[in-house]
Amino acid sequence: MLGILRTHKARAWLYQGLALAATLGLALSFVLIARQNLLDQGIATGFGFLERSTGWPINFALIEVSDRSPYWRMLTAGLLNTLLVGLLGLASATLVGVAIGLIRISSNLVLNVIGTTYVEIFRNVPLILQAFFWYAILTHLPSPRRAIPLMDIGFLSNRGLVLPALDISAADVFLFAAGTALILYGAARLGGAGTRASRWAWPLALAALAALFVLLLLTGRTPEAPLLTLPELRGLRFVGGFEIKPEFTALLIAITVFGGAYIGEIVRGGFLSVDKGRIEAARALGLKGFQINRFVRIPLALRAMLPALANQYVWLMKATTIGIAIGFPDYFMVVSTSINQSGQTMELMALLMGGFLLVNYGIGFVMNRVNARLAIKDRAG
Amino acid sequence: MAEASLAPPAVDRGPLAWARRRLFSSWLDGLVTLGFGAFVLWVFFEALDWAVLGAVWSLEDKELCAPGGGACWSVIEARGRLILFGLYPFEQHWRSTLACLVIVLTMGLSCVPRFWGVRRLPLLWLAGFGGFMLLMYGGVFGLSVVTTEQWGGLSLTVLIFASVVVIGMPLSVLLALARRSDMPVIRGVAGGIIDVVRSLPLLTILFAAAVVVPFVVPDWAQGDKLVRVILAFAVFFACYQAEIIRAGLQAIPPGQEEAAMALGMKYWRRVIDILLPQAFRSSLPATINQFVITFKETSIVTIIGFFEIMASGNAAVGTGDWAGQFIEVYVFVGAIYFCFVFGLSRYGAYLERRARLGQA
Repeated sequence: MLGILRTHKARAWLYQGLALAATLGLALSFVLIARQNLLDQGIATGFGFLERSTGWPINFALIEVSDRSPYWRMLTAGLLNTLLVGLLGLASATLVGVAIGLIRISSNLVLNVIGTTYVEIFRNVPLILQAFFWYAILTHLPSPRRAIPLMDIGFLSNRGLVLPALDISAADVFLFAAGTALILYGAARLGGAGTRASRWAWPLALAALAALFVLLLLTGRTPEAPLLTLPELRGLRFVGGFEIKPEFTALLIAITVFGGAYIGEIVRGGFLSVDKGRIEAARALGLKGFQINRFVRIPLALRAMLPALANQYVWLMKATTIGIAIGFPDYFMVVSTSINQSGQTMELMALLMGGFLLVNYGIGFVMNRVNARLAIKDRAG
Repeated sequence: MAEASLAPPAVDRGPLAWARRRLFSSWLDGLVTLGFGAFVLWVFFEALDWAVLGAVWSLEDKELCAPGGGACWSVIEARGRLILFGLYPFEQHWRSTLACLVIVLTMGLSCVPRFWGVRRLPLLWLAGFGGFMLLMYGGVFGLSVVTTEQWGGLSLTVLIFASVVVIGMPLSVLLALARRSDMPVIRGVAGGIIDVVRSLPLLTILFAAAVVVPFVVPDWAQGDKLVRVILAFAVFFACYQAEIIRAGLQAIPPGQEEAAMALGMKYWRRVIDILLPQAFRSSLPATINQFVITFKETSIVTIIGFFEIMASGNAAVGTGDWAGQFIEVYVFVGAIYFCFVFGLSRYGAYLERRARLGQA
């Protein structure tokens, strides 16, 4: 009987069966024990709790939430916060990173020194320490009474930055963003078509944008309401205006600065990977300096950067979770507070994982599309 | 042809030519050099003035510390021990120091090529790790017992890092081998674990270990919270490291394994003597990079309530006395991280250079 185990195939089946049984057994025991624990605590399983109201507020949200909001709305607010700080962070970290990368490959020694110092300092200190640092700086600013005025329209204090607010609704912002995207897409299609109308693509797009802006300003507003509300000090705090909380700013600065150091290295690597011979070939063909950059160096460098950049974006997006350390209510913070308050551990963990899988696969999807667009077309294709 | 009329290339050696090339290659370049040079010098002297020249150094001079003045390093004298040792008993601080040094020594020794063996390296780390635990926990040789709740500061950071690496490395090898296995179920399970863990933030995994695991495992299997968190961290590390090792394994020409099979070597023999040494060698720079990231990420355990150096730094400025000296404390803690991480990454860069020269 045991002789049959000597054959390779039989052993392979045995091992696989054991692995499968162990995995399933472990999962089953988790579920059973969790169910027992829930029964003991008298908590109903399932996602019904999402309709219940939370009973606790969060200090920063893009959509209107209060302590009476249901769980699903609070979780949505958290996910939007993660997306907001993450996407803004990615954009600004990319800008900083490109600047740092270009500085590091320039021939100027002084610029090299600046770039290298920046990268070495901010890459070698943990992100969470940097977040604590910026948060401490921002919360040690003067109180609102002694706030630092910024050209008399904004104020910087330990409660955050207040700016004049445009009196527009979230729906307007959404419409404007959607309209802008549509116009830009159309302009890119028209501009790339290579017809006679092509050179009018960008001026037309600008005009369309302006028209959209004016249209949105004129419609859907009560005429007597002021367009701009200026912040005003009343008692111990500012009233009116648009307030940017220090938690948000600190996290955004930390992600920008830290991510910028990493992206700077990716950009530098991308440019260094461009074969010298190709640049020489471009020069031999009579291309000018600007043309060499536009048609040869940047496209090639970009292709080399993209995979590393995609990884870095996903990494930074996941790193926003440390916002909980300084009290920024991102998705993770909302989920963990919900777990504490409602006890619906399994459901909320599933939502947490689902949320991050969604965000990460979203980034992966976009980056793959960009990669496919940029990939060098072979002659066959 | 035109060849004969070409002048010889201009000589561009010597300090003057060098300065021309690197500082004043054009008018714009010269302006950039002067402008940014002044900026760099200004930042440098401001920093020097703050950190050294205008700084207050000792605890007795604490009164001299003024907001807007130089650095007030008195806070380090007052709270340095709290930052470095956490709640570890005062008289036993030497043990915590020594334990950290043991791990640093172990890390240093693992950089020596002589210890790079599939058997030697694990032995070295087990010895170093054993020494660390012995010193920290005590209970033998007349050392008093210090329970893990009192561990904190730098030694807790080092403990988390070292144990994550020690547990995570073998686990990563197993995961990498499983993902390359020719048995579809094993391959699928390993691939599933690796992909799911890699797509989640570390914090959520540590949080799950700290908060959710007690919920889904029987009471007898829960163990210490610190142990659970370290195990979860090790799994996280292993999933990333497994992909690095898998890349190393894939870089080995298939002929190597076929030759080993032809010689009649069994699976584990082939893995230990043929595959792993080559895989480790080619994936060394990426592995060091993973260590660097892991060391920095140990700071995340602060959030789930452990008193490692990030948390103790926060505690040092958390009370009223020294709340204004947060910059000094964060710079101090940052400098400690910097020493470890910069050292490691320089070593990684050195290895990469060596490998590129074909000497490795």
